[in-house]
Amino acid sequence: MIDFPILSLLTFLPLVGVFFILIIRGDEDIVARNARRVALYMSGFVFLLSIYMLVQFDPASADFQFTETREWFAAFNINYRMGIDGISLFFVLLATFLTPICILASWKSIKTRVKEYMITFLILETFMIGTFCALDTVLFYVFFEGVLIPMFIIIGVWGGARKIYSAFKLFLYTLLGSVLMLVALLALYVQVGTTDISMLIENPVVRDVQMWLFLAFFASFAVKMPMWPVHTWLPDAHVEAPTAGSVILAGVLLKMGGYGFLRFSMPMFPEATEYFAPMIMWLSVIAIIYTSLVALVQEDMKKLIAYSSVAHMGFVTLGIFSATTQGVEGGIFQMLSHGIISAALFLCVGVVYDRLHTREISRYGGLVNNMPKYATVFMLLMLASVGLPGTSGFVGEFLTLMGAFQANTTIAVFATTGVVLGAAYMLVLYRRVVFGESKNKDAAAMKDLTKLEYSYLVPLVLIVLWLGIAPSYVMDRVSPSVEKLLGQYEAGLTVNDNIGQNIAQNINEGTINE
Amino acid sequence: MEIIAVFAPLLGFLIAFLFGKQIGDKGAQFVTCAGIISAAIASCMLYVAVTMGGHDGHGDARTVFLMNWITSGDFIVNWALRVDQLAVVMMCVVTIVSSCVHVYSVGYMSHDKCKARFMAYLSLFSFAMMMLVTSDNLVQLFFGWEGVGVASYLLIGFWNHKDSANSASIKAFLVNRVGDFGLALGIFAAFLLFGTVQLDELFAQAAGAANQTMEFVGFEFHALTVVCLLLFMGAMGKSAQLGLHTWLPDAMEGPTPVSALIHAATMVTAGVFLVARLSPMFEFAPIALMVITVVGGLTAFVAATIGMTQFDIKRVIAYSTMSQLGYMFFALGVSAYSAAIFHLMTHAFFKALLFLGAGSVIHAMSDEQDMRKMGGIWKKIPTTYALMWIGSLALAGVPFFAGYYSKDIVLEAAWADHSWFGNMAFWLGIAAALMTAFYSARLLFMTFHGKARANKKVMDHIHESPPVMLVPLMILAAGALGAGYYFYDTFVGHHPHWDKSIFVLAANDTVEAAHHVPYWVKKLPVVMGMLGLILGAVFYLKFVGLPAKFVALFKPLHVLFFNKWFFDPLYNALFIKPSLMLGKVFFKSDKNIVDGVGPDGVAKTSMRMGGLLSHLQSGYVFHYAFVMMVGLIGLVSWFFFKMTFGAGE
Repeated sequence: MIDFPILSLLTFLPLVGVFFILIIRGDEDIVARNARRVALYMSGFVFLLSIYMLVQFDPASADFQFTETREWFAAFNINYRMGIDGISLFFVLLATFLTPICILASWKSIKTRVKEYMITFLILETFMIGTFCALDTVLFYVFFEGVLIPMFIIIGVWGGARKIYSAFKLFLYTLLGSVLMLVALLALYVQVGTTDISMLIENPVVRDVQMWLFLAFFASFAVKMPMWPVHTWLPDAHVEAPTAGSVILAGVLLKMGGYGFLRFSMPMFPEATEYFAPMIMWLSVIAIIYTSLVALVQEDMKKLIAYSSVAHMGFVTLGIFSATTQGVEGGIFQMLSHGIISAALFLCVGVVYDRLHTREISRYGGLVNNMPKYATVFMLLMLASVGLPGTSGFVGEFLTLMGAFQANTTIAVFATTGVVLGAAYMLVLYRRVVFGESKNKDAAAMKDLTKLEYSYLVPLVLIVLWLGIAPSYVMDRVSPSVEKLLGQYEAGLTVNDNIGQNIAQNINEGTINE
Repeated sequence: MEIIAVFAPLLGFLIAFLFGKQIGDKGAQFVTCAGIISAAIASCMLYVAVTMGGHDGHGDARTVFLMNWITSGDFIVNWALRVDQLAVVMMCVVTIVSSCVHVYSVGYMSHDKCKARFMAYLSLFSFAMMMLVTSDNLVQLFFGWEGVGVASYLLIGFWNHKDSANSASIKAFLVNRVGDFGLALGIFAAFLLFGTVQLDELFAQAAGAANQTMEFVGFEFHALTVVCLLLFMGAMGKSAQLGLHTWLPDAMEGPTPVSALIHAATMVTAGVFLVARLSPMFEFAPIALMVITVVGGLTAFVAATIGMTQFDIKRVIAYSTMSQLGYMFFALGVSAYSAAIFHLMTHAFFKALLFLGAGSVIHAMSDEQDMRKMGGIWKKIPTTYALMWIGSLALAGVPFFAGYYSKDIVLEAAWADHSWFGNMAFWLGIAAALMTAFYSARLLFMTFHGKARANKKVMDHIHESPPVMLVPLMILAAGALGAGYYFYDTFVGHHPHWDKSIFVLAANDTVEAAHHVPYWVKKLPVVMGMLGLILGAVFYLKFVGLPAKFVALFKPLHVLFFNKWFFDPLYNALFIKPSLMLGKVFFKSDKNIVDGVGPDGVAKTSMRMGGLLSHLQSGYVFHYAFVMMVGLIGLVSWFFFKMTFGAGE
């Protein structure tokens, strides 16, 4: 075990980086250069620290580890509580891993307001890590919502032509959902008298209340996922965001919704989860088919990958709400895998965007001739996105579908059509961009991957392969917590008779204000 | 030994692919050939050990555990190599044909720019195929299954500057994916039913589940039938059975060695292997077997009809492959698994020979593939000519060539099944045998005999292929000549070497019954074969005007056959166009309906309200915040209302 508060360190170290960047003085060039370096070193250090945490993590335990508790608003029984279990562990790593990659990817492509850009990214990292570590609903809410602010700024300031529209769309959508979540959190506090997540899980509320609270949480997480039909902010946000913004958006932000389902919806509202699961699974199926078909007709590379993200996230919700071991573990794995693959795909788009400044598919073509290395990397990622066995994409997709099949064969049959459609749009994209004759002179003149681009794409590719061939390293650490989660879920379904007593007890102890 | 057999090709691939530039074309060719040939030697040694070794001479099947792959609850999948009698036969077929193709490619691709990449892909394919045949669970099988699919995709589209090659490779991948859709569902269903995907455990439980039912898409079905039919759907895609066959002819866009290796000898037979491998499950699903027989019989027939009318030399052979795969499937359907594998093995030899021979012709003719532009070249390339004859006679089932033994046993077994579908398959197979011999003769005579129809420049350039291409052909020719006779006893004779790797219920043992069918059943296929050859000679050698008259006489039939029974336009209209259209409709509805009602609508409304309430110039933030505040206040008050009064009840 670790005897220092590693989670708080991880969470707030990026802010130290922000402080350093703020005190840099001098010419614009020097400031920019140093800001980049500070951001890279700081996020790199945070990543190394998170690796240390991974090594120290006890894989056999299903409980929260590295927990910290400090008094915060003592009068309201609200505490600063941090801790991670097998479910959140790898999301923290995803965030710490992708942030330095994003900074590398922005090294050359961001030329204006570099200092502010780096500051925004480090703040974003703090919020992201905090979201996955928080064990108190208020703390969680602060981080969860906080993420939105730097993201809004990144799109709104460094974005493309319609950045304002997209940024506001993102903000409006997600905030609308979050507001409902805030209400639900307040209601939970009122009902159970605590904001401690573990306590909330152990003391489920009565069935009727569960229904309402579930829906409120669902509104927030569904938008974040995003689930059909509240997905339309995502393509716009992606299209206008700078490359690194898209990477974080697809790589980490989308996972917050799935994480929320696992941390809140399932264990706290088991009966409501069971009640709404069929509906959510059907929505997932619609998402998979609908967005895959839409992706098939896209002319914009980023939009295509954005729609494919919605489809891939459909597999996640499908798996989670199948409430089976394979489904939930597959859902988590699919999120991690998608975090890596889609991040890498957006980086791939960024590589050619930096050279030609267009995302239009038809402006490219025949890149295999002048960019063979790029073609190879892109090919591998494309196949991973398609879910080829041996890549990480397969494990998640296969397990989620397997879980869904156990829950409902009809849903699984429809969802599995996604493997055909998913292959269709990715193969067509690849063909149009990389294969064929070089039609466009400027595209044919583009140089192959630079060393810098190599340095951040190759690790991602290796991880995709590693997770595909030997996912057990991750699975072993995830599964105890998932077993526990499913145990809580099952228990919540069977002991509903006791719930009334719990409430009564709480009232007697005076924790609920009438 | 097992490790060498499976991983040597992978090593070859990695070296040639990652370091192709550093080691040069020669180096890459050497590494990949060395890898696959050592795999072939290892496989042959394993064959001897596994089929004849062991204490009692019954063989020495084994499973080599490598490492854990996926563990999720009860769902446990390992990387493991299961080397039993069935697997080892497949390993030998794959590695031997693949070795021949590797060596041949050194010559065939000598003018290409990307030799290293090509050789690497071939090795990658061989590796995936070996993983497929040695898997000890359904998921590793799926890994190999998709792996060969990707290798096939890469190789069909190897000449990626050609639009037609790109379309064909995508089509191949997608049609296969439709099959994989079924295969994946089949694996899910098997897991739901048995709680495992390990082959041994599945087989042990199969008999006990013979009467079980399961719910599938809302209906209650016989469980094993559902599982087996779903798995068979995967086999249909990979093995180009009627309905999911449209990719195979198009796959001929790839370089010819690829067609020989992947689309004739090995990958397309994966479906046959799958069903034979899972024989302990299929045996308890009689309805699934019936479906397989019918599909196989129809495929054999339909493909043969198309094969008679095509002019592209490779497409003729491709349809012939499809037709022969149909034979294998109806053999499986009547529980004659060993006969199917026997035909698979002989077919691998003579079909690879035919393809590579055709490649040799194409190479000689300056990349011409249209038989109408060939003719009169047999004197110029006598070795290729002789080898093509061997392959064609084996395909036509002329006595003592390999195809004669295997096709006969397949047809006899179909007859010996004494069921309506067995009979149907038998007669369809007999008709296809006639057509097979006919189009084989047509191919030979159109290509090599008659007037020279190519232009002078091409004719002057015609040359026999170099030894590096001819030697592999000769090895395959030896197989096409002798494999049938030599392996008859051990594959389908009275003392087969399959031991436990193939399971047949005593009542379904059609291979044994096939040895006791009436005389006419035994001889009919040969008669048909000879008749077909003679007809071919009459049509394309003696009276060259006859084909045109026949075509005119049977116009509608010819149109149907020539246009491949209109599968492609049909699928285009049924699946591809609607998908794209729906995509566009949904995309529009995203803009207009979802956004229109949702965020944009809200934004507009709030702007209007904002406009009414105030005249702030840059009111964006204000508008949004305003709407949110209103919503927030409303909801909070409503919830508190609900809570206080709701909870108090």
